[in-house]
Amino acid sequence: MAPVIRPSTGVGFCTPGAQAEIAERPNAASGEHSDTRRITLTVNGEQHDLHVAPNAVLLDVLREQLGLFGTKKGCDHGQCGACTVHVNGRSVNSCLMLACLQEGAEIVTIEGLAESAGFEQGHHPVQAAFLEHDAYQCGYCTAGQMMTAAAVISDDSIDGDETSLREALSGNICRCGAYKNILDAVQSARGKMRGGQ
Amino acid sequence: MRAFELESVEAIDQAVSHRRVHDGEAFIAGGTTLLDLVKLDVMQPEKVVDVSRLPLKRIETLEDGRLKVGALVSNTELAKHEIVMRDYPVLSEALLSGASTGLRNMASTGGNVMQRTRCPYFRDPAMPCNKREPGTGCSAIEGINRNHAVLGTSEHCIATHPSDMCVGMVAAGATLVLEGPDGQREVAFEDYHLLPGDSPEREHDLKPGELITHVILDAPRSGGQHYLKLRDRASYEFALASCAAIVNLDGDNISEVRLALGGVATKPWRADAAEAVLKGQPATQENFEQAAEAAFNDAVAYSHNGFKITLGKQAIVRALRDATAAARG
Repeated sequence: MAPVIRPSTGVGFCTPGAQAEIAERPNAASGEHSDTRRITLTVNGEQHDLHVAPNAVLLDVLREQLGLFGTKKGCDHGQCGACTVHVNGRSVNSCLMLACLQEGAEIVTIEGLAESAGFEQGHHPVQAAFLEHDAYQCGYCTAGQMMTAAAVISDDSIDGDETSLREALSGNICRCGAYKNILDAVQSARGKMRGGQ
Repeated sequence: MRAFELESVEAIDQAVSHRRVHDGEAFIAGGTTLLDLVKLDVMQPEKVVDVSRLPLKRIETLEDGRLKVGALVSNTELAKHEIVMRDYPVLSEALLSGASTGLRNMASTGGNVMQRTRCPYFRDPAMPCNKREPGTGCSAIEGINRNHAVLGTSEHCIATHPSDMCVGMVAAGATLVLEGPDGQREVAFEDYHLLPGDSPEREHDLKPGELITHVILDAPRSGGQHYLKLRDRASYEFALASCAAIVNLDGDNISEVRLALGGVATKPWRADAAEAVLKGQPATQENFEQAAEAAFNDAVAYSHNGFKITLGKQAIVRALRDATAAARG
């Protein structure tokens, strides 16, 4: 199959029109397979009916069929965390999930993080804190870092001390080594979202 | 990733039917091992059977005090379950020391039991590997074997078992419930994983068509518990050596003790020789060190992993010290 050239949508602020156009192409993330399944996913609050190949992973469907390029493909083997999204409220590595197994799931990507938590687009406290603390260099891991951070902050079982946060965030690798500022940003966002807790 | 057929099943008998007795099929639950290995072309299933919607997501206490854990309970849920944290802290600690927040949210209890080795030669289809391709030879024995096992190895395979959870379960004591085309059977957790011997491709006692449906943890053992994991970085890394210890004291003497090791062996390793040294003896540093020596009596080091014998002994001594302190309250 010839490669499909898709419009660039920047860092994940995809217009609804562009999403719809891409979503209508069956099989975009499926490589050479013709056998597809029909699934329904709710992504960032919007329901999508999709045809996906049995071996399509959620990461590729989000990027290639829905045009949500904010979620990044790093190692593609669950070793770096760049592909982290929320599925039914939990942070997961979307590179190791078959899309077909997520039928009916509620998925949030970096494009919908703020709105899913009741903030204006782009203004989730974690996003604001990453800007304020300069918590990135090249930015490739940043979406995954923020998705994990948002899930960790809202998890009552994870304490806010530095050791606990470092442990909870360790699945997101930053090759630039911006960890100090990332941790500062997460601490700051946590303080704003949870107050003194 | 290579193409495969996908079948979703809603009931256990659909998952384990006779027609499933076929090497080219693989079950998928969390997918964290399977998809990784299919992408590497190490596993090449023609068909993947989705068992993720089976009704195996409960944790329940049985009348005899044991804890029955559904195979689809996630590693996060199991680690943070109230009863597990209270009665099986060694298992909770082991689980939380493995992988990352995101992977633990995906990985299932049954899948963790079925986790494959991280041996780089096993993971690279270009290299000879008796586990992946029987009869091709072991690249690790003369290769870069720093991360490989020193206990339970054979001339055909020295790959380390990677799981932390399984080490916690060996220490806590557990039984696996397997459902197959010919009905249900139970296997002691310790007997489930196999030594490589001359058939390293056989890793466990699961017959074709069988599915792990539950892990039943023994009734809680009293005393102090601790899981210690030593590794190259402090988080998100496999063990170089780990030790799960459960210690029960009668005054200053050890009345009961269970020790299991990870990172140093070809399967989740019960250190029974070390337990025998300790039973009935005073809980002293000297006895802990003697027990650690006994645990590694039969160890075989290869060119790059001799340090694991020293590290493994230290892991035992430290885990015993912390479990004893916990037993004393």
